[in-house]
Amino acid sequence: MTLSTFKSILFSVLFLAISTNGFASENSDPENDKEFEPKEMILHHVKDAYGMHIIDISGHPISIPLPVILYTDNGLTTFMSSEFHHDYNGEVIVEKNGQKFVNVHEKVYVLNEGETQVTYDEEHHPTNAKRPLDFSITRNVFMMMVSVIVLILLFTTTARRYKKSENNVPTGIAGFIEPLVVFVRDEIGKPMIGEHKYKRYMPYLLTIFFFIWINNVFGLIPILNGANLSGNIAFTCTLAVFTFIITTISGNKNYWKHIFWMPGVPVPMKIFLMPIEIIGMFVKPISLMIRLFANITAGHVIILALMSLIFVFKSVAIAPVSVAFSLFITVIEIIVTAIQAYIFTILSALYFGMATEEEHH
Amino acid sequence: MDLITPEFGLVFWTAIMFLLLLGILRKFAWKPILGAVSDREEGIKKALASAEKARLEMQNLTADNERILKEARAEREALLKEARDLKAKIVADAKDEAQAQANKMIEQAQIAIASEKKSAMAELKNHVAGLSVEIAEKMVREQLSNKDKQLKLVEDMLGEAKLN
Repeated sequence: MTLSTFKSILFSVLFLAISTNGFASENSDPENDKEFEPKEMILHHVKDAYGMHIIDISGHPISIPLPVILYTDNGLTTFMSSEFHHDYNGEVIVEKNGQKFVNVHEKVYVLNEGETQVTYDEEHHPTNAKRPLDFSITRNVFMMMVSVIVLILLFTTTARRYKKSENNVPTGIAGFIEPLVVFVRDEIGKPMIGEHKYKRYMPYLLTIFFFIWINNVFGLIPILNGANLSGNIAFTCTLAVFTFIITTISGNKNYWKHIFWMPGVPVPMKIFLMPIEIIGMFVKPISLMIRLFANITAGHVIILALMSLIFVFKSVAIAPVSVAFSLFITVIEIIVTAIQAYIFTILSALYFGMATEEEHH
Repeated sequence: MDLITPEFGLVFWTAIMFLLLLGILRKFAWKPILGAVSDREEGIKKALASAEKARLEMQNLTADNERILKEARAEREALLKEARDLKAKIVADAKDEAQAQANKMIEQAQIAIASEKKSAMAELKNHVAGLSVEIAEKMVREQLSNKDKQLKLVEDMLGEAKLN
């Protein structure tokens, strides 16, 4: 077994291997001695990709093709990601709908009229191509769909359990799910929002809690080539925006008064506090977004970096250390999956609680 | 920079997926699950409350029973006492009446005796008087044959009559 095959199998099967496209092309590269670059490899793992790479067998990458959906000047264009033949360096050109598409670092570009090859500027950005509107089912979107289906099945099954049972006694899967739901209600909803108002927000809090949690967990499953969905800023940003929208909509008179004209302090202080409070309004969701993104991505980066040590030192002897440490980090990450979902949910609930708090003077 | 730039496509899909998930779970999962949980909690609360109520009722019932028993006992005592009193009274009354009757009878008897005695006395007196007259007649007849004797007799008789 060559070191490169070993690398690939190790990353794909044992550990948090996300797409190993980096290796794939490296392996198929005729000059196999190319220097191993951990940074490039890690970033490729952590970021989104068009296909779902599973494993390399003797230098041949195997991946699940996913649909690429683009809205270009010529209308909607779709093709499978397999048409790029695992290329992400802009070398393979796919012609569809009279347009030429290339995959540059897992971003599809459409070549300008008449161009036949991508040219790059000094920072390796394509100069003669532009990005179309990209609605592709990337591996993150794919995993998200899987997680949505799993969640729907899981919770509708649970709900049906109650209908079947007498006196609403939780049986089977409901016995496992109910404590979690009750936890979100009693430890997050009720204390943060308050006994009288929490009910309105429960569907959102429960959905966001389980949605984040399951995607955190899916990110850790190596054999699925876990897409780093909850470690993607687009994902966390969207959820944070939802929290922001709900907070802003549910804001009552008291909430806005605390932002624009803080009660109980002298007038100069009120004027001084106003911009701070307005910034705070936006900082809250931004902190949510960054916290989840950074925590999950950092976990992935650490595990990948530890595994990279083997290839940086070009020695299998370092493997036990790497494996031991990444196993340790993986265990911590399993805890982090739940903690981060909990934190995102509890902070969202806290913001809703602040927005709906009644004046008590 | 790539890492921290949100991709439009993923934002789009996340928003759609999340809203879809929220909608479906809200209707088909959270509502029934939370409903069932709170229904059960309500049920437990109600069951506990009714058990407590039943316990109190039971307690009241026991107390009532005891009270009724006590009352019944007291009533029995009262009835017995009354009966005893009545008995004593009846006996006493009967005694009194009997006494009165007896007294009355005795009195009547005494009256009758007295009147009988009186009439007997009168009869006796009459009889004695008749007898005396007869005797006197005889004696007088005999004595009157002698003048001295007659006088002496009259004198004696008168003296005796005075003594009577």
